[in-house]
Amino acid sequence: MKFHGTAHKYGRDIDTDVIIPARYLNTSVPEELAKHCMEDLDPNFVSKIEFGDILVAEENFGCGSSREHAPISIKAAGVSVVIAKSFARIFYRNAINTGLAIMESPEAVDGITDGDEVEVDADAGVIVNVTKGETYHAQPFPPFVKDIIEKGGLIEAIKQKVAAG
Amino acid sequence: MLQQTDRPGRLIAISGKTIAEKIFSAHSGTDARAGDIVVADVDFVMGQDGTSPLAIRALDNMGVAEVFDPQKVALVIDHSSPSPIEGVSALHTIMRDFGKRTGAKVYDIAEGVCHQVVPEHGHVVPGDLMVGCDSHTCTYGALNVFSTGVGSTDGAAAMASGKLWFKVPDTMKVTYEGSLQPGVFSKDLILYLAGQIGVDGATYEAIEFHGPVIDELSVDARMTISNMAIEVGAKAGLMKADDKTLAWFEGRGTRTPAPVDPDADAVYASERVIDASAVGPQVAKPHAVDNVSPIEEVEGTPIAQGVLGTCTNGRLEDLGIAARMLEGRRVHPDVRFIVAPASKQTYLDAMAAGYIQTLVEAGAAVVTPGCGPCVGTHNGVPSDGENVISTANRNFKGRMGNSNAFIYLGSPATVVASVIEGRITDPRKYFG
Repeated sequence: MKFHGTAHKYGRDIDTDVIIPARYLNTSVPEELAKHCMEDLDPNFVSKIEFGDILVAEENFGCGSSREHAPISIKAAGVSVVIAKSFARIFYRNAINTGLAIMESPEAVDGITDGDEVEVDADAGVIVNVTKGETYHAQPFPPFVKDIIEKGGLIEAIKQKVAAG
Repeated sequence: MLQQTDRPGRLIAISGKTIAEKIFSAHSGTDARAGDIVVADVDFVMGQDGTSPLAIRALDNMGVAEVFDPQKVALVIDHSSPSPIEGVSALHTIMRDFGKRTGAKVYDIAEGVCHQVVPEHGHVVPGDLMVGCDSHTCTYGALNVFSTGVGSTDGAAAMASGKLWFKVPDTMKVTYEGSLQPGVFSKDLILYLAGQIGVDGATYEAIEFHGPVIDELSVDARMTISNMAIEVGAKAGLMKADDKTLAWFEGRGTRTPAPVDPDADAVYASERVIDASAVGPQVAKPHAVDNVSPIEEVEGTPIAQGVLGTCTNGRLEDLGIAARMLEGRRVHPDVRFIVAPASKQTYLDAMAAGYIQTLVEAGAAVVTPGCGPCVGTHNGVPSDGENVISTANRNFKGRMGNSNAFIYLGSPATVVASVIEGRITDPRKYFG
């Protein structure tokens, strides 16, 4: 899987309450959730994301609650992949289950500046900073994770597997 | 003694097991060790009104019409309860319909916060493995249950099959030595730990809490500590089951507890000893749970609202501490004091003990048993610029529904001392 977009960089411990505040959990429609993505941290987040853009953050991204609305809203806001130094445990699993691509790469996070143009080859685990001409490395997706993300989440992957017999 | 592992060329000493390794071994039929991936049987699956609708949608999408065992699945309406807005009302209807259709128990608006309701009704017993679609599911670790929060998709998979895959976690051992000063409580112990190791200090790990201070604590107070294991990133916050634990379960549920102790030679990823005698009241400052100070550093900070309740500190012992402190006193005229009993049973017990009478006479607003104002959906959203002191477990920006408010976290005693004086106050003078 390959992604290409502008990097939007944030700090550490980005929690699920700022990713999608509980006051907006009165719906589970992805497009509705996307309207409020990250608004308590950066009110301009939704308007500045172009489809395919890349979210970059420091350590412990997605800490806090177990709400799957968090990865759902990030994906529906147009983000193609989240690159962080580390992810909180529940978010990590929820992201894969809902089909949001995530990668851990401390060197990429250190190298990327807000606004840089970035290309990601998730299968190879290679992240290229086009703006700066730098290359960083991450763990490539294991095949089963790639399969789940490509199919749009665990449920879709299971359904297709069951349908295929 | 050395044994070949499944990792080529790697030898390990055969050692004892942690509580987590033992529970995962028993539930997966394997010799589970930290780092192993296992598929395990779960004893119970829970969802709340923020997360259950997505789990139900996932089950619908999978074409699954039944749950694996209706006796082992429950949904609790607690986060927005009663519903404050029509969108939430529709989600509650989805949950009630699911309960009727599958036989899964739905605990409706009068029942309380999920992490009190589930153990009170005996749905878990010591030695169990359970998952909940709520990050504070780690609360039942205090009851010797390996319980952990999962997302709605994982919750749906567990509801459908009674199984889920897990990575068996490494364990951090935390031992509290010494004894608590008067006016210092279990909340202060866990806030102190968060300040020491940070919000990702135990990510992907289980924590085992040991020591004479834990032994001395009531079951209510122990649950406060395990409840906040997730606030340092942990997957579970486990304690041994002792006579107090087993007494707590008498008359609840139908299954027999199967307590799990760690082996004396269990291998821990790290060990930490804390002298509880040296820990005073702790306060987490905005907007992070590890932004912790001794209370002396924040004393005098004016507050507009105090909150007593939530899955962290809404139990009978907590309401009792508040009632005793407020006996013959009043909430400061410039402060709103909101109390949310953790459950219907807590509410009834607190009424029988006279606590509710005392709290209401002192000026508290008692709201429906449940999450109260903790998640910002209802029951007391603060105004711009206001400081709140709360017994909850999170003080993230916007958590209580207004990103321009400031949330401080402390023990019930710290909250009550503060609502009496209108500013953050060291509670120890009330326990002299």
